[in-house]
Amino acid sequence: MAIQDLFGQPLKAVNIGLEDFAKSLESQGAEVVHVDWRPPLEGYVELTHTKDGIDIDEANAEALQRIRKGRPLLVGMGIAKDVVPGMEDRMLLHAGPPIEWERMCGPMRGAVMGAIVYEGWAETYEEAEKMAASGEIKFDPCHHHHLVGPMAGVTSPSMPVFIVKNETFGNLSYATQNEGLGRVLRYGAYGDDVLERLRWMEKELYPALKRALEVTGPIDLRSILAQALHMGDEGHNRNRAATSLLLRQISPAVIETSPKEVAIAVLKFIDSNDHFFLNLSMAALKAMVEPAEGIAGSTVITVMARNGTDFGIRVASMPDRWFTAPAPIVKGLWLPGYSEEDANPDIGDSSITETVGCGGFAMAAAPAIVRFVGGSASLALSVTQEMYQITVGEHEFFTVPVLNFRGTPLGIDVRKVMASGILPFINTGVAHKKPGIGMVGAGLVRAPKKCFEDAFAALVEAFS
Amino acid sequence: MITKTIIKSGEYYDSVTLLEVAQGLLELDGIQDAAVVMGTPANKGILKDADLLTPDAQAASADDLVIAVRAEDEEIAAVAIAKADELLTASRTPKQESGMAPQPKTMAAAVQQLDGANIVLISVAGRYAGGVAREALQRGLHVFLFSDNVSLEDEIALKKLGREKGLLVMGPDAGTAIINGVALGFADDVIHGPVGVVAASGTGLQSVTSGLSRMGVGITQAIGTGGRDLKVAVGGIMMLEGLKALQADPDTKVLLLVSKPPAPEVAAKVLEQLKASDKPAVVCFLGGDPEMIKAAGGVPAVTLEEAAYLAAAVAKGESPDAALRQLAARDADLQQQAESLRGKLNDTQKYFRGLFTGGTFCYETQLILRDMLSSPVQSNAPVDKKLRMADSNVSEGHVAVDLGEDEFTVGRLHPMIDPTLRNRRILHEAKDPETAIIFLDVVLGYGVHPDPAGAAVEAIKEAQAMLEQEGREVLFIASVCGTEGDPQDVLAQEAKLEEAGVIVLPSNAAATKLAGYILK
Repeated sequence: MAIQDLFGQPLKAVNIGLEDFAKSLESQGAEVVHVDWRPPLEGYVELTHTKDGIDIDEANAEALQRIRKGRPLLVGMGIAKDVVPGMEDRMLLHAGPPIEWERMCGPMRGAVMGAIVYEGWAETYEEAEKMAASGEIKFDPCHHHHLVGPMAGVTSPSMPVFIVKNETFGNLSYATQNEGLGRVLRYGAYGDDVLERLRWMEKELYPALKRALEVTGPIDLRSILAQALHMGDEGHNRNRAATSLLLRQISPAVIETSPKEVAIAVLKFIDSNDHFFLNLSMAALKAMVEPAEGIAGSTVITVMARNGTDFGIRVASMPDRWFTAPAPIVKGLWLPGYSEEDANPDIGDSSITETVGCGGFAMAAAPAIVRFVGGSASLALSVTQEMYQITVGEHEFFTVPVLNFRGTPLGIDVRKVMASGILPFINTGVAHKKPGIGMVGAGLVRAPKKCFEDAFAALVEAFS
Repeated sequence: MITKTIIKSGEYYDSVTLLEVAQGLLELDGIQDAAVVMGTPANKGILKDADLLTPDAQAASADDLVIAVRAEDEEIAAVAIAKADELLTASRTPKQESGMAPQPKTMAAAVQQLDGANIVLISVAGRYAGGVAREALQRGLHVFLFSDNVSLEDEIALKKLGREKGLLVMGPDAGTAIINGVALGFADDVIHGPVGVVAASGTGLQSVTSGLSRMGVGITQAIGTGGRDLKVAVGGIMMLEGLKALQADPDTKVLLLVSKPPAPEVAAKVLEQLKASDKPAVVCFLGGDPEMIKAAGGVPAVTLEEAAYLAAAVAKGESPDAALRQLAARDADLQQQAESLRGKLNDTQKYFRGLFTGGTFCYETQLILRDMLSSPVQSNAPVDKKLRMADSNVSEGHVAVDLGEDEFTVGRLHPMIDPTLRNRRILHEAKDPETAIIFLDVVLGYGVHPDPAGAAVEAIKEAQAMLEQEGREVLFIASVCGTEGDPQDVLAQEAKLEEAGVIVLPSNAAATKLAGYILK
């Protein structure tokens, strides 16, 4: 290429900085695109290779390819202590990065207390609280056990879990059954009503679904998610279509394998809970992303998760490290009687959906979501479009009709977040900050920049 | 009076937006002063000078937005801060088009959106500009780098990368360029023709291209290199690469180079490159040695005006000497005009007061007056370091003030965009009984003030009213740099000045010479 090759070509300009220059070019009839630019985050430097000479772009392409190839199937169910790797007696799994009782937020504590009574380790919630504080209970992040839990994400040994298998790579992931909205354990509510529902889910829902799955055989969760994105879901805060599709697939088997009264109760329960599929969506996406963990040189994010106190991320090339920052407060719509003052900081493993190209990243597929999280329909479009600017590539199977069936943005690259200053968007529900109350609203939140700055600094250190 | 500051953590806006917001706050009743800036150390200095640096503001980081106001009372301060929010939000509200193609936030997204993009215009803060330019080059895109405060090391690295990849790196601190007929930055609407220009001076480039255009001669390309290109450290990389490209360009028949005098070894390289083609070349190294240029087969030009005249003559196939004779005859006329104008001044009115928006005009005027006046011309951007003004704000004797220099532009818009500062200075100079001539350059084109002549006339009229009461007259002399095709139209702008009694000359050199003859 030589400079004179430019001469005589129509000038097509990108303008970064003063917008007046773009207007001037426009007025002269030249083609110009103005960039709504912002400075890189603190500590950004160009990072292209590791010290061993690995091309980071290639490592990220490999990560993307592995995620795209993953095919998560719902293959069965089991009891956590029997099937979840590393699950021990007197252990409770929780959402987000590691945290001790002292620093746990209200809803996380509420869920822990509820789970202790549910397990029968304590009789009363007061006892449960003392037990949790005494150090008798081992707390561990769900993510350390290939499991993902929405909101508080508290998973105890006796809870039934779905088992999802990534057929392409053979890895497994897990998630509990979704309890519905309102006063539920994952939002930190505890009490007889909450435990009664959990027991019913263990004694009646779980066996019925397990029986049904034996008849249906593996259910292709990737296919359900892909279809649901064409039906107005984004796989995080709107799961109405996916829940309906699941129900269509399992209803005959439930009826075939359960007594009529049980079948009615099970199908009604799922039908009345638009979020029933959320836990499956999360487990499916967790199963898809795990094969990317451990790829040397990759700067792709494999986990974004919150425990209500801290927000944490993990990066493919350093899969055992958490980079955390205080969890942000969600801006959103509040249920009647509640306001931002009641809101707990962001909580839950459900941001695995955004990590793997759904949720906020797929918002353009789900414009109706704005009725739930606030904003306008065009916001839904622009959120997805913005996220393409920080991802390595796009999904193959998850596509957005209104964007001409473009794949959703997939594979958040820490480097791109740093360079552009664009932080990942997350669609999320909001829990009350006090234990025992439950959901107070929903909205949109951006991941805190400190996580990315710290992760990037660690990458720079490791690579140079 | 109370001073109130609000810090918005992590909110970034470009400086022009912030200046506009601050301007909006200053217009409110009861607001004595206001600043809306990112919390950089330099900006904190500005706040300190304005007595707006509260402890909160002092603690802000470079990523924090600081809104500071001094108001009559708490209530007015609150109104101003609310107003700032409103203006900032308005600046961020995206254009609501289809919603299908939102404004991209990264170069990558912009390139994806604009199929076949070939150039990037960069005007972000200097400390980020180098990185953005590097990304553009790596994407195979030419660069127009308007930003200043880019380090010399970055400039050298960028230009080497550009040379390696066959890409233009115009700048840093490039004010102007015209590529494929499109004016970039502060540039004029000129006609297409056979002259290819490479200039290490923004105003120089504007002056020669608009001068050519007014003589009916057009250009192929006008490549701006940024003012440091011909320093030894940079080695004239972009002037050389630009020159080579124009030599290879079949549409370019005449070459025109404009710069302040380069370092001798750089000048030698550039002049050596001229020999690589047999295209005629006019070279204007302001204040440089014409013999060196002649020796390399080039046609030397002493002023920007002369450069345009000579290039036009060569392009039309006329003799350069004829063009020079024409200019000499014009200069003789100026001498006569000066005789009649001199009578309007009283005995105490002795001094030249040049108030420039274009740095190269300020430089050129100093060079011309150096040879014409018996006492020296001081400047804040002096040709001769010994003639530096003690204080840029205080005129003593003859002065040529470059209002585009840093001391005037930190925290405010360039005087080509915002005439406030020069207007204030016009009044100030008019009040000085020793002022004989107030001398102005009026620069037109894309990106500058929509009516710079009209803006200057406001101040001139106010000054004239005052002078009339005192029973004396000051001579206002101006030249307008621009074309009829410019959004402001050079003829309309000249008419506006003449109507106000300003003596308008066709070029900065001609105007300077008239002033010189008057004060001789």
